[in-house]
Amino acid sequence: MTTILETRSLNKEFGAVIAAKDLNVKVAKGEVVGVIGSNGAGKTTFINMVTGYLKPTRGEILFNGKSILGHSPRAITRAGMARSFQVAQLFPDMSVIDNLIVALAAAESPRPSFLSPLRSDARIARAEEILAEFGIENYQNSKVTAVPQGARKLVDIAMALIGNPQMLLLDEPTSGVSMDEKTGLMDTVMNAVRQHGVTVLFVEHDMDVVERYVSRVLAFYSGEIIADGKPAAVLADNRVRDLVTGHRPTHKKGNGAS
Amino acid sequence: MRFDKTEISLALVAIACVLFGFVSPGWLIFLLTIALAKALVVQGVVMQMRSGLVSFGQGLFYCIGGYTVGMGGQFFGIHDAIAALALGMAVAIVVAMILGLLLTRYRDIFFAMLSLAFSMILFGILVKSQGLGSTDGFNVHNWTVFGWAPDTGADSQQTVFTMTVLAGLLIAVLIHRYTKAGIGVICEAVRENEVRVEYLGLSPRWLLYGNYVAAASVSALGGGLTALATGHVDPEMAYWTTSGEFIFIALLGGLGHVAAPFIAAIVFSVVRTYSIEFVPNTWQMILGFTLLGVIVFLPKGLWSLVSREKSGERT
Amino acid sequence: MTSLLAVLIDGSIYASWLFLVAAGLTVIYGVMRILNMAHGSFYAIGAYSAASLVGWYFNNGIGPAWISYLLLVGAALVAGLIVGVIVERGLLRLMYGRDEILMVIITYALLLILEDTMKIVWGVSPYFAYQPYTELGRTAFGLLKVSNYDLALVGVSAVLGLGLWAWLERTNQGKVLRAVIHDREIAVAMGVNVRLMFTITFVLGTTLGALAGALTAPAISVVPGIGIEVIVLAFAVVVIGGLGSIGGAAVGALLVGLSRAAAVHYAPEFELFVIYGVMSLVLAFRPEGLFGRTMARKI
Repeated sequence: MTTILETRSLNKEFGAVIAAKDLNVKVAKGEVVGVIGSNGAGKTTFINMVTGYLKPTRGEILFNGKSILGHSPRAITRAGMARSFQVAQLFPDMSVIDNLIVALAAAESPRPSFLSPLRSDARIARAEEILAEFGIENYQNSKVTAVPQGARKLVDIAMALIGNPQMLLLDEPTSGVSMDEKTGLMDTVMNAVRQHGVTVLFVEHDMDVVERYVSRVLAFYSGEIIADGKPAAVLADNRVRDLVTGHRPTHKKGNGAS
Repeated sequence: MRFDKTEISLALVAIACVLFGFVSPGWLIFLLTIALAKALVVQGVVMQMRSGLVSFGQGLFYCIGGYTVGMGGQFFGIHDAIAALALGMAVAIVVAMILGLLLTRYRDIFFAMLSLAFSMILFGILVKSQGLGSTDGFNVHNWTVFGWAPDTGADSQQTVFTMTVLAGLLIAVLIHRYTKAGIGVICEAVRENEVRVEYLGLSPRWLLYGNYVAAASVSALGGGLTALATGHVDPEMAYWTTSGEFIFIALLGGLGHVAAPFIAAIVFSVVRTYSIEFVPNTWQMILGFTLLGVIVFLPKGLWSLVSREKSGERT
Repeated sequence: MTSLLAVLIDGSIYASWLFLVAAGLTVIYGVMRILNMAHGSFYAIGAYSAASLVGWYFNNGIGPAWISYLLLVGAALVAGLIVGVIVERGLLRLMYGRDEILMVIITYALLLILEDTMKIVWGVSPYFAYQPYTELGRTAFGLLKVSNYDLALVGVSAVLGLGLWAWLERTNQGKVLRAVIHDREIAVAMGVNVRLMFTITFVLGTTLGALAGALTAPAISVVPGIGIEVIVLAFAVVVIGGLGSIGGAAVGALLVGLSRAAAVHYAPEFELFVIYGVMSLVLAFRPEGLFGRTMARKI
């Protein structure tokens, strides 16, 4: 198995606060890795560092064997690593389809054209296909601010996938989404991901979701990885039960974290 | 090349304007010429507003355009008006390409302040330049068009008007396409969510840079035409209150349509002409209250009145 | 040697004047996040109030000269207080919560309104109140003769700066203000009356602006448009120092003051250029100004 992403003793300190401590992570091509941990455990910090939004204090990040340390989010995206966001990052004044069309144009070329129209027939057709694939074709012409949270999350993920990434980092794809929507949303996302053959790492609070989709789990606690392995083994680990999942006797219900 | 509805309407209005120029009185032609030339400068402000940046220093390029046209005739023997205008745009592009490297690192008030500072630097240089007439500036005359020299004042007024209308048409069509093209839409995307643009693998800085340079060239054209129309340039063109006026017109028109700055500039010029004549000491106050009114009641500018029936439709 | 001394003296005088002008601007921005374009107008209002009051006082030969200094300060305090309260309660309060850049434009509208208001109140002919300036005489530094009034300005500026700093750093009210600056939401949650703090800050800022104008009035002829000239200088100073920082404004004022004095003495054609040149240079290397802090966006 070839390694697609590797971090070597990645550290991040915000003043006296240690947000990441000696993170050594290896992700193999094709894996679906879940990341669990309570709030403030350093999961989003990890994604932010890997995608170039935050610069690690120390350590090394390799993507396909090459260092991407210090690269911009843009360069890392171009290199084939995309991400989604805890709070969907969309263009609020545009319609759903226009959001996708911008992503399509971005995927085609890093230098957008000066005079030929962005909304070309070809891009509109392609965007409609994507909307159908994600089951959000009903929202095609709605402003993104007017569609439900679940659909916005899907638009966010669809935009990340449009660039045909080799790897996708999902930051809490189901947060803010109602319980009933969660499974449907994750099924849609995972189908799309499998079709594109994308390696996935996703942060998730809901242990049901984690167990259902991932082949491997990383458990974060206060900036460190305290367990790494098959879901069943990690979730049965005593430290994980004490520090990560233990305070939630059943799985987290209700409307999730928002 | 296919033209859409907006482009055809713009062309028709432009033709009507040119024809109207032959029958209307001189003062009105002059007023319209200045208004349209200023509208071009405002187009540059609007282009940047779309990308979320408010330039308090667009007067820089207005002034560069004007001074280049003036100096071209005065010192470098470039008497052809069209060549001089093109030269003004070229100089503005070069300056913008240099300043843009620094400016595109800034957003919000920092961009506003730094653009203001750059324009004030030019002002500071010009008021101390004896050879260019210091604070008085100098006159711009003796220009030709394709070798033809207008011999009366009325002739030259007429010619500048026609040139301004045609330049306005050309720029309006180009901007209309530009706003719908990749760069135009994605510049708006930068305003709406820069982080997302970055995570689509695009460089917001590159986009803003391209947009800044394009906006500078359009504004310089407006400055050059103003110099031809008034026959005079002075450092005041780069003073920050001049840039403030452009922001005012931009907000008055709104970002809704490429025609909005033209309409707003004409409204502005007419109101100003009469206010200065009848209520010289309350003209700025009128501006101030209008600006507040626009911000509170017409946040999308005058154009939102025109397009109200069509609301919901994306153009 | 003489010219170096002249640069230092002129530079310090100009710097203290700049600091007086910029202090109110930076205080308002620091607490309220409003970059106030109308600050120059408060300066002008202060200058007009002081010049008309002091002019009237001397023209009628009412009393001893020392009272005129009290009148200068008094006029500024009253004018700043009145205008500050009217503007904050009547306009800004309705606009809070809007984009920082939109607030700039709103205060620009305010500037336009105030400029003409001043023309209506004071007319367009110049006002003079030179007596407090000439009354103090001059001091000789070698060949240089420097006005004592200008030297006193340096003192006033230093005292004012230290006072502001002490107020922000050493008093309870200052602590509360710093809490508002640091995190408005938490300050509200802790029961701070942010609205009241805003009013206090804004009135303090306008009064400082008016005071700067009043103290300058004896040295200049007060004419329409002085506020418009001053505001861009004040911007340069606070942007160089880092918006919202008192110490930054002081350093920015010194930097601009000394460079301008140097330009005036050695290369007068660069007098104006140098101010904005320094501003651009500082920003090129320190985008947030010398003492500003960067704020990252959370995603």
